[in-house]
Amino acid sequence: MSLRRRLLVAFAFAGAALALAFLLLPVAAIFLRVPPGRLLHLLTSPVVIDALVVSAKTSLIAQVLILLLGTPLAYFLATTRFRGRGALVTLVELPLVLPPAVAGLGLLAAFGRVGLLGSTVDAVGLAIPFTQTAVVLAVAFVASPLYIRQAIAVFEAVDPDLIAASRTLGAGSMRTFFRVVLPLARGGLAAGEALAFARGLGELGATIMFAGSLRGVTQTLPLAIYEQFSLNFDTALAMGALLVVVSAVLLVFLKVILAWQPSRLTSGFPFARST
Amino acid sequence: MATLSADFRLPLRSFDLRIALEVDRTVALVGPSGAGKTSVLRAIAGLARPEGRIALDDDVWVGPGVFRSPDERRVGLVFQEYALFPHLSVRQNVAYGGKERAGELLERFRISHLAQVRPGELSGGERQRVALARALARDPGVLLLDEPLSALDAHTKDTVRLELQELLAAFELPTLIVTHDYEDAAALAGTVGVLVDGRLRQLGTPRELVAQPKDPFVASFTGANLLRGSVELHDDGLTRVRLESGEIVYSTDSAQGEVGVVVYPWDVSIGRVLADDSAMNLIRGEIASIAHVGNRVRVRIGPLTAEVTTASADRLGLATGGTVLATFKATGTRLVPLGARSSASR
Repeated sequence: MSLRRRLLVAFAFAGAALALAFLLLPVAAIFLRVPPGRLLHLLTSPVVIDALVVSAKTSLIAQVLILLLGTPLAYFLATTRFRGRGALVTLVELPLVLPPAVAGLGLLAAFGRVGLLGSTVDAVGLAIPFTQTAVVLAVAFVASPLYIRQAIAVFEAVDPDLIAASRTLGAGSMRTFFRVVLPLARGGLAAGEALAFARGLGELGATIMFAGSLRGVTQTLPLAIYEQFSLNFDTALAMGALLVVVSAVLLVFLKVILAWQPSRLTSGFPFARST
Repeated sequence: MATLSADFRLPLRSFDLRIALEVDRTVALVGPSGAGKTSVLRAIAGLARPEGRIALDDDVWVGPGVFRSPDERRVGLVFQEYALFPHLSVRQNVAYGGKERAGELLERFRISHLAQVRPGELSGGERQRVALARALARDPGVLLLDEPLSALDAHTKDTVRLELQELLAAFELPTLIVTHDYEDAAALAGTVGVLVDGRLRQLGTPRELVAQPKDPFVASFTGANLLRGSVELHDDGLTRVRLESGEIVYSTDSAQGEVGVVVYPWDVSIGRVLADDSAMNLIRGEIASIAHVGNRVRVRIGPLTAEVTTASADRLGLATGGTVLATFKATGTRLVPLGARSSASR
């Protein structure tokens, strides 16, 4: 091996090691700064408990909404061909790449007191901004495209002959959906939902603009971390550690699903296989 | 037995499919890929929206202002790749069409022992039996089979074709089969239609299609003679078959029992006198018909159709009623297993 070649290999190794260290260090730092016992103890402090309850409640409601409303939309987009379908799918995906500040601004412009639907919402006696409803809407807005996008791909991957077979065997379109399409798409839908859940749980920018950061009302875990890091850094770390664990569990869950049903997901998936 | 009548137009990507058909027993449509064969089945099953009329006896499925969805038609469609539900067991697949008859059909198709197995673990022949059982569980008024033998390897194909013949005879349903293989069509159906670019070029018995093709395409596509006979002896690499019409022919294929003897018309020579050549098979008879197809002539002698050039036909002075000798080689004679009551003989 020439000296030049050796240098090149050494440089590549050093680069790879550096990249790995860079990615692992911040995650490790969260756990290494404070002893584990104290981290656990800090998790029981009132501000953490409040944020945990808000996060759990709003995430749950938002994800149920995403599943109930996003699934029919995804199925419609996957099985219907019409002019402008591509543009519509792109619009549905747009919140994914939108800066969170713009998402929050958009939500305010739509549902805020002076917003597009403000007067309508006011008329029915609902004020949305700075309530838990606002948190749910912000989470649903930024997270649903991840699920819908995945669901479209999964529904498109279901063999149309299977749907046709079900119809010729006497099943109507609803029965066909629940007995053939849904069971076959289940794994892929769960993977999409896990992604949406992870994204929703970490939501910060849109929520802080549209819902504010009221402790016990709209202050989710990320908002509480944002508030606590200047007041009590160790408490922020405890919440950070919790979110790292939850995120890691979601990621493993995702990979397990993908390993189970690789053939059902024909679209490219943004995670490498672990096996 | 009921009659399915279909007379419709369906625009496809590169042409309009126009077809008029009456199906009371077994009809096969043959044609090259892309001729619109599968679309005919999809239209009848309700998976495509044609204009025209489709009805089973008086029960109108498609007509002016009428379009029944697939689940409202009594139709059993067996897909080319079978389209078995991968997440359901064999029993659940069959019961999907109808719970009442599932057990009986599993027995009948000899798949009871596979009841708990998923389709992914089945062989090609087993999959087809499951697909057929599932389609029949729905108690259809019409059976539609899309390329029923094409997904099978050559060895399985002979067995499955035999099973299929017996089943079609037993269930007595109006059945429409599409296939790209004329031999399969002739073996399975009493009536064969040739479909090209969405049009039915010719509809008739397999014998009519071979003897009197309407145009060169039908002639080249329908190809082979299919003669029925039974194996008398297999010896020294040669199989002796006695045809239903009495003649003896030899083939280098090995087979047993009832067989179909497949000979291509262009492999058959015609002569006035017995030539001293290598052909082992000889059929002497009167010329029953002569049909001109392009620059060739199709000559029917007894059970056999031969194809010769117009020049040869002129030289020999062939005419209906004249006696000639038809010869063909044992090496060019294929044997395919046939059921005892095949529709080809009906």
